Amino acid sequence: MTDWLSPDEWQAVALSLKVALWAVVISLPLGVWVAHLLARKSFWGKSLLNGLVHLPLVLPPVATGYILLSLFGRRGPVGGFLEETFGLVLAFRWTGAVLAGAIMAFPLMVRAIRLAIEAVDPKLEQAAGTLGASQLWVFLTITLPLILPGVIAGAVLAFAKAMGEFGATITFVSNIPGETQTLPSAIYAFLQVPGGEASAFRLVGLSIAVAMAALIFSEYVSRRVADRITGK
Amino acid sequence: MSLSVAIRHQYPEFSLHASFDVGAGLTAVMGRSGAGKTTVANAVAGLFRPDEGKVLVAGETLLDTSASVDVPAHRRRIGYVFQEARLFPHLNVRQNLLYGKWFARASGAEFDRIVEMLGIGPLLGRRPSALSGGEKQRVALGRALLSDPRLLVMDEPLAALDAQRKAEIIPYLERLRDDAGKPILYVSHSTSEVARLATTVVMIDAGRVVACGGAAEVLSDPSLARAMPIREAGAVLIATVAVHDEADGLSELTVSAGSVFLPKVRAAIGAKLRVRVEAHDILLFKDAPIGGSALNVLPVTVTSIRQGDGPGVIVGLIAGDDPLIARITRRSVRNLGLTPGEACYAVLKSTSVAAEDVGAA
Repeated sequence: MTDWLSPDEWQAVALSLKVALWAVVISLPLGVWVAHLLARKSFWGKSLLNGLVHLPLVLPPVATGYILLSLFGRRGPVGGFLEETFGLVLAFRWTGAVLAGAIMAFPLMVRAIRLAIEAVDPKLEQAAGTLGASQLWVFLTITLPLILPGVIAGAVLAFAKAMGEFGATITFVSNIPGETQTLPSAIYAFLQVPGGEASAFRLVGLSIAVAMAALIFSEYVSRRVADRITGK
Repeated sequence: MSLSVAIRHQYPEFSLHASFDVGAGLTAVMGRSGAGKTTVANAVAGLFRPDEGKVLVAGETLLDTSASVDVPAHRRRIGYVFQEARLFPHLNVRQNLLYGKWFARASGAEFDRIVEMLGIGPLLGRRPSALSGGEKQRVALGRALLSDPRLLVMDEPLAALDAQRKAEIIPYLERLRDDAGKPILYVSHSTSEVARLATTVVMIDAGRVVACGGAAEVLSDPSLARAMPIREAGAVLIATVAVHDEADGLSELTVSAGSVFLPKVRAAIGAKLRVRVEAHDILLFKDAPIGGSALNVLPVTVTSIRQGDGPGVIVGLIAGDDPLIARITRRSVRNLGLTPGEACYAVLKSTSVAAEDVGAA
């Protein structure tokens, strides 16, 4: 493996995997919760929340990165608070890349999960309620198992998106090899130096492989889970 | 054990204002579609919140809008059997049955007893997708029972099934009514189901309760015939099996006014049955008919005559202690000179009573 990837290239790939994995792990519970709110509840400010969730999808990624930098930078209102209270620094760190990836991938994740929740017959949830299950239990025992294929699809999509995130990441955490230089940043960096095309080419090939693998995996798992759920 | 319901709800084009108090046994909420039956059931179960209302089960207040009491559905302990079984597709039959147990307590013996009663033992390992409609509905019934409810609500549980599946489930419902000791609120628009199953009937018409009383009494009340489909109107006779005539394939049943012969019923001698007699199956004669083929001739007295819009008239009768209703034409009433208090003869063809209209009393 290391034979055909230089240490620099390998570092970027490993960092990207780490960042994408953490981005998914951290945003998944929130994504399921928000998707459930949007699919099942009616409350004041619902369209506002919906808009907010989808904003990173339509906003220029650089703008999102700049907003993140203003908020979560060391002198930003949230960043300053996090550093003082938890000693957590996001700007120009790989943790910041996780945040940027998670936010950029969030709309895709919520969309997939929301669609899955909307496909669950609310009558089943109602029936579970009459059998004594509180709302939380109904969600955990009925809704969640039934939407599992959608959750997996959403997670894989978000993983792929977080891995490829460029604009917001480079604006927020820059392009520091070994710290914040993810796969797309590395491709970009290699293209800026003479003789970097070969490295860039290898990383592009790898990106394609990872993306394809993720898609095939999610398709396969979703189908397996869906079959198990419907008892076929 | 009692159920007390009083609800008022204003829909854009329809107002529901229903109140009734009923005791143990199976209470059928009856009426045409759109009369508000399901709304009543949902208000009792906590799936629908009416504008104003009060629901008490066994003295416990589950809903009282005037006192801001609204026990959430999952704490009401009301088992609900829906028209579509609503089994959980990701769980097998056993897991579906045990679902309610995660939130209530019931002993293992109860599980075996209910599985046995519903005849679903062989299905336990299957997924709902591998069950027939009738099997699904039996599992749904078992699932509701095993959640340890104090009241069972059933909303048209047979409506989605064909005649054969219906016939398959009705005996289980009878057993449930007679053995389980759980009061049942049963929503139906089918007069034959209600005649077969109900202890008490609450008749709802256009959002109002128009009658509430014993099944035989309400179903044979001519003034209520308009709240049910007229072709389905019919009374319930309580009968005791006297003799089975194997050679002719008939059973002789004793009713308060005499004997009735029916195609052989599957019940032991001495068993009490309820026999639904449809209003359009009864012929009336001024004098005792002679030389006819009908086996059943009962002396009756006319109690009331109700004119409808069409050519038909509903004649209320009393046969011994049992009320009956007959649907005949206005012209026949005039020709026979029928008036309340008049004695006449009611004739019923044995073969006009369908097997599914005879059930345990």
